[in-house]
Parts: sequence; structure tokens; C-alpha cells
Amino acid sequence: MQIIERRKIFYILSLIVIIPGLISLAAQGLNLGIDFTGGSVLQVKIDSAINAAEVRESINKLDIGQADVTKSGDEFFIRTIELDQDKTNELMTNLKSDFNNVEFLSAESVGAKVGSELTRNAIISLLLAAVLMLGYITIRFEWSFGVAAVIAIIHNILIVLGAFSLFQWQIDSAFIAAMLTVIGYSINDTIVIFDRVRENLRMKRKEDNVSLLNRSILQTLNRSINTVLTSTFALLALLLFGGATIKLFIIAMLIGFVSGAYSSIFIASPLWLEIKNRT
Amino acid sequence: MQKNSSILIITAIVAALGLLVYFAGQPVLKNINLGLDLRGGLRVILEAQEKEGQTVTQDTITKAVGILRNRVDSLGVKETALYPQGDKRVVVEIAGEEDPEAAVDILKNTAQLEFWDEQGNVLVTGESLKNAEARVDSNTQEAQVLLEFDKEGGKLFGAATSANVGKPLFIVIDNEVISAPTVDEPINDGNAVIRGNFTAKEAQDLAVLLRSGALPVTFNVMEKRSIGPTLGSDSLDKSIKAGIIGLIAVLIFMLGYYRLPGLVADLSLVIYAAIVLGVMSLLGAVLTLPGIAGFALSIGMAVDANIIIYERIKEELRFGKTLKAAIEAGFKRAFWTIFDANITTLITAMVLMYFGTGPVKGFAVTLSIGILASLAVALTFTRYVLVLFANITNNQKLYGV
Repeated sequence: MQIIERRKIFYILSLIVIIPGLISLAAQGLNLGIDFTGGSVLQVKIDSAINAAEVRESINKLDIGQADVTKSGDEFFIRTIELDQDKTNELMTNLKSDFNNVEFLSAESVGAKVGSELTRNAIISLLLAAVLMLGYITIRFEWSFGVAAVIAIIHNILIVLGAFSLFQWQIDSAFIAAMLTVIGYSINDTIVIFDRVRENLRMKRKEDNVSLLNRSILQTLNRSINTVLTSTFALLALLLFGGATIKLFIIAMLIGFVSGAYSSIFIASPLWLEIKNRT
Repeated sequence: MQKNSSILIITAIVAALGLLVYFAGQPVLKNINLGLDLRGGLRVILEAQEKEGQTVTQDTITKAVGILRNRVDSLGVKETALYPQGDKRVVVEIAGEEDPEAAVDILKNTAQLEFWDEQGNVLVTGESLKNAEARVDSNTQEAQVLLEFDKEGGKLFGAATSANVGKPLFIVIDNEVISAPTVDEPINDGNAVIRGNFTAKEAQDLAVLLRSGALPVTFNVMEKRSIGPTLGSDSLDKSIKAGIIGLIAVLIFMLGYYRLPGLVADLSLVIYAAIVLGVMSLLGAVLTLPGIAGFALSIGMAVDANIIIYERIKEELRFGKTLKAAIEAGFKRAFWTIFDANITTLITAMVLMYFGTGPVKGFAVTLSIGILASLAVALTFTRYVLVLFANITNNQKLYGV
């Protein structure tokens, strides 16, 4: 297995995935939900024969500006500016008089201030998690492992963010949780390989770092594959049967986990060698 | 002999697990607090608004929470949780109310009662109240709120009425004039009545608010999330179904790939699930929708410890060690790997617990409990049962080698 010798191929492969995401992030940004921007979302169930335009028409009777209506099966998500209770009630009353079988599912309303705090907290917590990882790995291993692991984390975050930007999937506060889980999971993967590298280094065999890395990756390969498989089983089950509310939350983790397993082997490990060779 | 007793112990363990799941499963599950996203309900975050020259402190919020709790109890709002968040916020969660929005609307009233004269001078405030009661006038059938001042307030009210005979006295609540009766004569007995075309319910609510005292600050709604009961139970059903399917897939995979140790891993998973749910139930932790996802996910990750150990054992077996020696060495070598890998995951869960709110926090809690439980089970139970099986058979084929 000549994984380390072929590392340039894997770097390029990662860039091919990451760069379109970066371009999309720069060009169209992320589709931020009301958790970030403030506003209201009303979720209702109406006959699936009704289309989004008809619902929009009913909403436009109220003077609340542009409403964004999306339909998923017989469920409608109506996103508006921040509405107070009276307006929300009025909206529901209108829907009930215009359509049959309207059922209230949920209503969320978030102030703009809360949104900006969430953005700040999200950035702080992602940075804090990265710094703590770096600190822990430096104490337990060596700083070169920590730096390689953190770069791999950034790689995974960029892949998930890029995918969400490309497909304009909406981001909410649960997305932050998904990202942190992805960080925890991918660092877990990386550590298992680095742990084996550390162990093999201690044996002080006459072996260069390249073949030592290849050997370590191979020794842990079964574990790497099986663990990503079992986690994927759980995630796929949640994605397929878990309902619409958590779909994007699961998708974020699914992308992140696969990318995490990949980057532990093909990015973090060779990066450690690059750092080691240069210091 | 050792072989027979091992068989006996394993049989006993399997039987005990079966009984545990069969008998304890339902009660434990029933005892777990479901988050609002699973049972339906309303969650509101109120933020204190500082007026000019006013600073909101921790003390202000503590006081406000106390008053709000008082109101919740007196108004009879069911299944409500109230707690401060950060320096300036109060979270109100209502699960068992038909119209939770209306309940919050009433709760968050400041209820600052004032009596004004024509010039707008404040003569008496709600601070001097001893009691407030709602009553229906037996003659007019009108709902009223009867006020009783304390000693100091009685004097102030007496002075206020004396100074304004023949003139209106404005009864103001939260800067809104409720009524403006004309004073006929000085009132010195310390009692007053508020009339304001109330319905009986409005008069009741107002009396409760006045009795519980005015909130020290005005609160605005910062965030509001309400989940209808159908969506809540739908999410609960779907996510439990998804969780079970995921669990079964993991169980089958482990059994198929690792054979005998896989079976041990599966038994460990059952214990693991029992521990996580039991701990959640004991801690009174709240299970949210992301929390169930976190639980299902942690099952996928919990087997990771087993996978690491089994791969190690296989390696040791390939080196030609005996089964028991391989198990010992496998655990010893895998320990620090598992430790380091799980601590890092735990760190991110902690960060999440600190910064997350509501459902997201529920996810972090479940994930953290899951990580700790999987460590504990893998290092004790799994190890013990593996050794028991090694006593029974030495057949390495059963270990997938």
C-alpha cells in the first residue's frame, strides 16, 4: 500500500472537492435559517394537492412583506419576517379559511439579536474545540500530530460547508452541533492512526517514516473502515426513517463522517510527514 | 470445570439482560423527560430590557424568575419550566397547556400598578399592596379587582384620595390607563377597587399578577418556538423507529464480521443502551430530537471501542499468541488508543454543552453520557465476557482469524 507515496494525488482529490465549495461560498454564501438571521417560520400541514404558490397568495393578504414558502410532501414551511403572536394567528386563520385540513405543526420566531449571537457562539465554539484538540494532542502526542489533525479538521469543515453552500441547504443551530460532532469524530479517527504511529515510532525499528506511516495506516485500516461503516448505518437509518425535521442535521454529519474517515488516512497522516520533514 | 462455570455465567448474563430489557425497559423509557420538540409545547426566551439608568443584574433576574414562578403556580399553568439563561434572560417552557402563547403573554406582563393624579404624578404604587383579589359585583355582575394596601400604602392612598376629591384618579398598569374613577370622598380604610370592563378571567389574571408583585424589569420576547402535538409525537415515533433500525443494522454487522466477539459486542451494546437510558432517566436529563439522533449515533460509535479491541486481538492471534494471551494483550494495547480517541470526542461534546441551548444541548448531553458509558462497558463487561468465552472454546475460527 503506497498511500504516503501517492499523497499528492489525494491532496489534489481533496482540492477538487473543496474548491467548488469555496467558490460557491464566496459567490452565493450559505443559506442561513432564522436561527442566524432572525425571522419566523411556520410549519403547517395542508393537502398535498395545494402548491406553494397558492399558499403564498393566501399569505400575501397580510401585509408582512415577502414570504418564502417551501413544500415537502404535504408539509409547508412558511418563512417570513419576525411575526408577533397576533400576526401568526391571523396567518393561521387565513390559511384555514382558504384551504381544507390545515394542521398546525410548529412555529418558530427568532429575534435578529439572537441570530447574531448564535453566529458569534458558533465561531467561538468551533475555534475553542480546535484549540482544545491541538492542546490535548500536543500534550499526549507531539505538536506535529496536533497541527496535522487540526488541518484535517479544517479540511472536513470546508467540505461540509462547501456542500451546504453548493446545494443551498439551510443552516440552523443544529448544524453547529453537527459540525462539532464531525470535529470530534474525525479527530477520533485521526487519533487512532496517530496512536499507532506513536507506538511504531517507539519500537525504533530501522524504517523510514514513509513506510512506518504506511504500515500504521494498514494496521488500523480495518478499524477505520468498520467504524465509519457502523456510524454510517446509524446515520443512514436516521436519514431514511427519521423524519424531515432532522434530515439536514444528519446529512451534515454523514458528509462530515465520510470526509473525516477519508482525511484521517489520506490527509492527516501524510501531512504529519510533511510537517515532520520540515522541522 | 472452569468451562462449565463459564457457560453457566454467560447463560446467567444473557438471561439477566433479557429480563432487564423486558421488565425495566418500559418504566425507564416512560421516566425519561421528553423535550418540547418531542412532546409539543412552547419555549420562549425573554430578555430583560434595561431602562435608562437601570442596570439588570443577576439579582434582578433571580427575583424575576421567583415572581414568574409564583405567577405560574397561581395561574395554574401546567408543566412549566422556568430558568435564567445568561445574565439577562429567562427561558419559559410550557408543555401541558392548550394555548401556551396566551399563558406567556399574561406571564410576561410587568404588572407595574400606579395611581396617578391629573398632572401624571405617581401617588401610590403596587409596591404598597398587601393583597389583590378578583370578585364579581353581586349587583352589576361586573368583574373587579379588589386591592388591599399595607399600612404605609393605606396612608398614601388616603392622602392621595383626600387631595383629589372631585377629581379623577388614574389607575395605571404598565403605563396603560385601566380606569379613571372620580374620587367622591377620601378613602382611609386602605381598600380600593379596579373596574375596567374585565371578563372574569381577566380580573383573575390581573389579581394574580398584582399579588405576585411587579417584575423588576420589562421583558421582551427574543425567541419563540412552538411545536404542535402532532409534529412532536410524529418525530418521536419516527426517530425511535430509525434508531431501532440503525441499532439492528449495527448488531448484524458486528455479528457477521467478528463472529463470537461480535456477539459479545452486541451484548455489550444492549448493556450500553440500558446504561445510557438509565443514566438519562436518573439525571432527569431531557431527551430531545437531536438527542435521539445523538443516541443512535453513539451506538454506531460505541462499537468503535469493540472494533479497536478486536482488531488488536486478531493481530495478536496472528503473532501466534494463545487466545487468552491475545485477549489480555489486545485490551492492554487498545486501552490508550480508546482513551485518547474518546477524550477528544468528549472535549467537543463539552464545548457543545457549554455553548448550545435547548435541543442542541440535549444532543451534547446524550453524546457525552454515551461516550463515557461506551468506555466503561468496553473496558469491563466486554473484557469479562470475552475471557469467559475463551474459557469455553479455543477455536480461533470463531474469532474471524
